[in-house]
Amino acid sequence: MTWRTDWRSSISLVGTVVKYLALTMLVPLVVSLVYMEDVWVFVVSIVIAVLIGVSLERLESDPDLGPDEALLLVSVVWFAAAFIGMIPYLLAGYGTESTVGADLSSASAFSGSIINALFESMSGFTTTGSTLLGEISVERHSHALLMWRQLTQWLGGMGIIVLMIAILPELAVNGAQLMQSEAPGPELQKLTPRIAETARALWIIYFGFTVALACLLYGLHLLGYAPNMDLYNAIAHAFTTMPTGGFSPQADSIAAFSAAVQWAIIPFMVAAGVNFALFWHVLRGEARTIVGNAEFRVYAGAIAVFIGVVAFLLFRGAAPPTAIGGATEGVTENTLRQAAFQIGSLLNSTGYATADFATWDTHAQIVLLFAMFVGGSAGSTGGGIKVIRWLVVLKAIRRELFVSANPDTIKPVRLNGLVVDEDAIRGIMVFTLLYIVLFGLSAVFITLDSARVGIELTALEGISAALATLGNIGPGFGQLGPFGSFLFFSDTSKLLMVFLMWIGRLEIVPVLALFINSLDRS
Amino acid sequence: MKIVIVGAGAVGTTVAASLCAEHDVTVIDIDPARADELKYELDVLTLAGDGTTCSTLEEASVENADLFIACTDNDQANLVASGTAKALSDVFTIARSKNVDHLRTWQRTEEAFGVDFLVCTDLFAAENVVRLIGLPASIDVDPFAGGLVQMAEFEVTADAPIADKTIAEADRYDSLTFAGVFKNGEIVLPSGDTRIEAGYRVVVIGTPESIQAFAMDLAPAETPDEADEIVIIGGSEIGYQVARLLEDRGFSPRLVEGDADRARWLAEKLPDTTVLHHDETDTEFLLREHIDRADVVVSALESDERNLLASVLAKRVGAGRVISIVDSADYVTLFEEVGIDVAVNPRQVAAEEIIRFSYETIAENIAVLEDDKAEVIELQVSANSELIGKTIAEMDREVDTPFVVGAITREGSVITPRGETTLKLGDRVVAFVEIERANAVTSLF
Repeated sequence: MTWRTDWRSSISLVGTVVKYLALTMLVPLVVSLVYMEDVWVFVVSIVIAVLIGVSLERLESDPDLGPDEALLLVSVVWFAAAFIGMIPYLLAGYGTESTVGADLSSASAFSGSIINALFESMSGFTTTGSTLLGEISVERHSHALLMWRQLTQWLGGMGIIVLMIAILPELAVNGAQLMQSEAPGPELQKLTPRIAETARALWIIYFGFTVALACLLYGLHLLGYAPNMDLYNAIAHAFTTMPTGGFSPQADSIAAFSAAVQWAIIPFMVAAGVNFALFWHVLRGEARTIVGNAEFRVYAGAIAVFIGVVAFLLFRGAAPPTAIGGATEGVTENTLRQAAFQIGSLLNSTGYATADFATWDTHAQIVLLFAMFVGGSAGSTGGGIKVIRWLVVLKAIRRELFVSANPDTIKPVRLNGLVVDEDAIRGIMVFTLLYIVLFGLSAVFITLDSARVGIELTALEGISAALATLGNIGPGFGQLGPFGSFLFFSDTSKLLMVFLMWIGRLEIVPVLALFINSLDRS
Repeated sequence: MKIVIVGAGAVGTTVAASLCAEHDVTVIDIDPARADELKYELDVLTLAGDGTTCSTLEEASVENADLFIACTDNDQANLVASGTAKALSDVFTIARSKNVDHLRTWQRTEEAFGVDFLVCTDLFAAENVVRLIGLPASIDVDPFAGGLVQMAEFEVTADAPIADKTIAEADRYDSLTFAGVFKNGEIVLPSGDTRIEAGYRVVVIGTPESIQAFAMDLAPAETPDEADEIVIIGGSEIGYQVARLLEDRGFSPRLVEGDADRARWLAEKLPDTTVLHHDETDTEFLLREHIDRADVVVSALESDERNLLASVLAKRVGAGRVISIVDSADYVTLFEEVGIDVAVNPRQVAAEEIIRFSYETIAENIAVLEDDKAEVIELQVSANSELIGKTIAEMDREVDTPFVVGAITREGSVITPRGETTLKLGDRVVAFVEIERANAVTSLF
């Protein structure tokens, strides 16, 4: 394999990004100082990460990015982030029973622990929220380590590249190309003439929402509506709600908190799946943009319909009364809350839970599985196929059907009154098909691989494992339910899932294009 | 009056021919042969040269001219010529433009490009066609304020919903004003309690859409509704404008275009129009698309021969009304003789508009109604008018010359006049007035 791409430039800039990313570990370092736990872990991690960053940076003194290099940079940055992110897990867990700690007892145990830590870290940065942490509690893991786990999701939510473009002038030069590769959705929306300002605007909105949620949650605690939502939990959950992440330092996820907290989180989860560019327009006083936006209307409509269906099923008794989340049969408030929370969490790929939906009846689970296919909006922090792609795909199908009956008619596909370019339609079709093919192949692979090592996996579990990781959703069904773990999978399956999370976050194309290009040129 | 005309094509020649009897006309054309030819055709002075250059315009002594008309076939040339003339002197400039975007730009300030009056040929022709399609029941229709406002006269039948109602009761249309009522040929300036009876004629002024809605209520059988099938053959600029204006009025026409790229462009620009890509004069195709069941067929192809073919074909298979665009004025009668319902000549329409404008001074646009009993005039509020800052209600009380304000346009958009509407400098007012008081009303502005 020969690279005609100037990989030195890309890797050198990856080094720069890693260097700055290492500084974000100052946040868990502060937490560790507050609780006086694991201080050395973060000091050492920062030193290692900075050293890696600086040495990579020295590869090229004057990096110059073309389109190829930008693609390579974005793909590698996300992998590098996950790599750096796993260092604290390995260090903190060394010598303990932690499932993600470094285990030096044997070669296979060592590689297994590396894969576990990489899985957890990748799941964090890609805002997936699938976990294989054995026992989630501040007794087992330090406050600082769990805060780092929350923070990785917050950094990954609006995008590492977007953050770096906002603060690093050397990346802003080729910023549009970079952001295009990272931004969720088929098209990059530039809000301001300068890309760095667009990136800053998006991060400020994102930051604003996060602060608002943290204040709201802590406010509920101070007012007595949320006894166990202390400052630590308020910040931790604000960190993973807005990026549609789903990690929680509580083993019971949001089910550990009062109904008031659950209601408070629902609108923020829903907002996280909305195109952040629309909020920008609203802040500028153009509130009409959001109401008139076709994608937003479909997104809101889909959420409403799914909540209605799930609430109906729960009301009829689809959830066993003994499960976490409590009885729902014939109970109005709890039914509506459970339905709204689960749909708000799964449709746009957050992955929180207030009920163990893995124990629900199959018909209710199928509805949830279908909701997972929808995804958030373009330009949101949500994963999945994205509402805008479904809209375009459905409109293109309707057009095909119409034109086959009226062959002379020319019928452009319109979205928000604007004509969608035929090339864009083709790109969206390819993406959607690729997504479904990858999902199918991965489900088959995971199921076969599990059979190989003697793990019994139901069809729903196999399917949901592939979908939960590729769509950056997090929890699946059965053993992979919201309070379950991905720990029991074989190392090969875990590696595949790490790959799925990676390409799922970058929307497949940048990573696959990189592989295809390098194959074509060799 | 001294008049300089740039461009000796069909429009320029028609305009020159109609003006040369009473005025001193100089015609500039870039083609020396054409300039030479025209010298013998008309009693005008001709000049060969580029009308967009200072030297040519100085040679034509544009600084002494009273009126400058740029009407070549090239939009940009017309705009540059007007701008150049404006730079040389403060002559009143009229320019012809095919592109509607230039018109929209000009309407923002009404002085862009150094043009004092912009005539949009294709839009005028298209508006003409749409009026013919949309308002067959009207006795008279005229556009005002560059097409933003229409005046229409209708006869009230016994079963019309406004029959036997007072104006106050009948007035439930947005952006529409009842400007005048003719009671057996007598003018009545309407007030809220004027009763409309069957057999009366009403004059309404408003936006084209509101006039269409009014016609729909008044004569539902004759006025085409959304369900009516309208087919436009040919996606030329006029065909496109017709489709666009029909969409604005709530219709969903079908449009046939032979060129693939143009068809794609049209389909992108016209969301409510079904655009078909096929050879426009393919008989079998037109039959397959059931052109025989169309209520209205508009033929807007680029060449007259193909228009003739398409319209005769449509008429033969039994289409309702057939309206055809005819590029060459000589063929208009020919088209009508072979049974085409209406033939519209864009150049003639443009030339008429320019000629009409050249004759009018302060009152910019006039429609004469009921054998010279009343007229609808368009006036602009000038800087020294006593009406500035007055509301319509105040004006009614204070001005002893009665007239009805039908519509006001301000900065390119229409304002429906109500009692509390205040007049501002630069407003264009479309008013209904008795003919003998027209001069008195004009002097108010």
